[in-house]
Amino acid sequence: MAQDVLAIAEQTNGVFRKVTYEVLSESRRIADSLDCDLTALVMGSNMENVSKELGQYGADNIIVAENPALYEHVADAYTNVIADFVIKEAPAVVVIGATTHGKDVSARLAARLNAPLAMDCVAIRFDEKGLIASRQMYGGKVLTDVLLEGSPQIIALRPNAMAIANVERASSIEKVDVNVGKTNVQFIEKRLDTTKVELTEADSIVTGGRGMGGADFSLIEALAKLLDGAVGASRSAVDEGWRPSSDQVGQTGKVVSPNLYIACGVSGAIQHLAGMSSSKVIVAINKDPDAPIFSKADYGIEGDLFEILPLIIEEVKKIKGEN
Amino acid sequence: MEIIVLLKQVPATESLIRIDDDGASIKTDDIKWVVNPYDEFAVEEALRIKEAHGGSVTIVSVGPEKASEAIRTALAMGADKGVLITDPGVSDFDSLIVSRILAGALKEIPFDLIIAGHRSVDKDNSQVGPATAELLNIPHISMVIKQDITDSKIRCHKTVEGGTVVLEMSLPALITTQRGLNEPRYASLPGIMKAKKKPIDVKTIMDSGFDGDPIGESMVKTIVMKPPRERKDGIMIKGDSNLAKAAELVRILHEEAKVL
Repeated sequence: MAQDVLAIAEQTNGVFRKVTYEVLSESRRIADSLDCDLTALVMGSNMENVSKELGQYGADNIIVAENPALYEHVADAYTNVIADFVIKEAPAVVVIGATTHGKDVSARLAARLNAPLAMDCVAIRFDEKGLIASRQMYGGKVLTDVLLEGSPQIIALRPNAMAIANVERASSIEKVDVNVGKTNVQFIEKRLDTTKVELTEADSIVTGGRGMGGADFSLIEALAKLLDGAVGASRSAVDEGWRPSSDQVGQTGKVVSPNLYIACGVSGAIQHLAGMSSSKVIVAINKDPDAPIFSKADYGIEGDLFEILPLIIEEVKKIKGEN
Repeated sequence: MEIIVLLKQVPATESLIRIDDDGASIKTDDIKWVVNPYDEFAVEEALRIKEAHGGSVTIVSVGPEKASEAIRTALAMGADKGVLITDPGVSDFDSLIVSRILAGALKEIPFDLIIAGHRSVDKDNSQVGPATAELLNIPHISMVIKQDITDSKIRCHKTVEGGTVVLEMSLPALITTQRGLNEPRYASLPGIMKAKKKPIDVKTIMDSGFDGDPIGESMVKTIVMKPPRERKDGIMIKGDSNLAKAAELVRILHEEAKVL
């Protein structure tokens, strides 16, 4: 596969994360631009059966690297396996999801291979210079195009930023037992709430800000649940102790790009706007007609969120009832 | 316990960022510069570990000469000494070059634990911590919200998508901080006075322990910077009642924007 594209799949508890399909789909587009093959590398334990489906997202070859030690995300074990594979196969481009785990692994990989890495990319294109990656800086206040010189070019894609495309390929699948090499990090335990939609992967996000006036986010939660979305919070709401810091959207929290972002009682401090400005559709509900959030919103409602949200919830239920 | 904090000076998050005329850098004239917020968590955690286990806290930064202000802030919080590695071209270095400079310097400074912010809020690369650990051949755990050190091992709770994971590694090691780890202290007035007498060792790259000559080219090159996509003027939903406004919003989201 020398000079091909290598896509790194990510699984949690043996199930592919959504970003895996985004990585595969974007990798297929890159491989088509370079006129080369796409290999998907899956790492984990007993992943062979579920890995077949990656052929539907454009993989020409699927390699399943099996080792019980890869069931959990341990950055050094993963780095060892990927680095060995890259050194052996010499791909031109390596694509990975910029998840918590993907960021760890790609940063170590780039350092080990002395290769260029563009982190958290939101778009990839080609021009006469070669592959150009677009990535946000300053929490989304600036969009920067970077050129990667060196090999392989490592691209970490922001979750939720790339379209998933079904491209059926007659994929070959090969299982290999791998050695994870020397690892210095030991997995102890994990506590995952699988019922909760992760902010960075959510299609819809409903965020509450200072205008919530307290820790009662039940209206926000109800609308988020109805939309199969996630609950976000502004920095004020987190600083007040109303929500955990893992809910925070903004330059010092999570940078998100859902299809629909509904900001309720969020004034729109610049550091918050930075974290959500790449959302596809932004709705703002605020009592203050001069709130800066309205300048970033596609649709705004001036009014009391405690009166308006229940009405929105009822209207959404009507639509959901129709379907 | 010898603790190193990797620290960067960045524009405050309330800063308006404007792109310079060259189209590939930002205007720096009226920016307020601060300690990267995630690095404040790193300084605070280092001080707490020192208070519990003894030892010293050294701040290491790669940046322009002005970055000594940020180091001084960390010294005022209670860190013991600082090292600033500076170069005229420093703002153009990619993350891997910065990591190589840090790794070179840290080969000459003994340490048990390195703490860094999980990302700097300027270039948002999330690379320097893990890459520096890789170059030093030590393990790392990123996005830590809780840590315990016993018998030269560090056990960390880290945030991941949908929850937390607990991992453990032997020292020497590197961790990166996540919001929720601690509440950074403010520098006290006596702290600020004392910080004035604490040493900051300013070095060039070549006398910092860097093992490469020359530094080499950044492999990640900025071509152009653009402001984020402008939104068309937003629509304020009008209506005689809240019910009318809510119904109209949901209709638009469903029928026109097609996001419901």
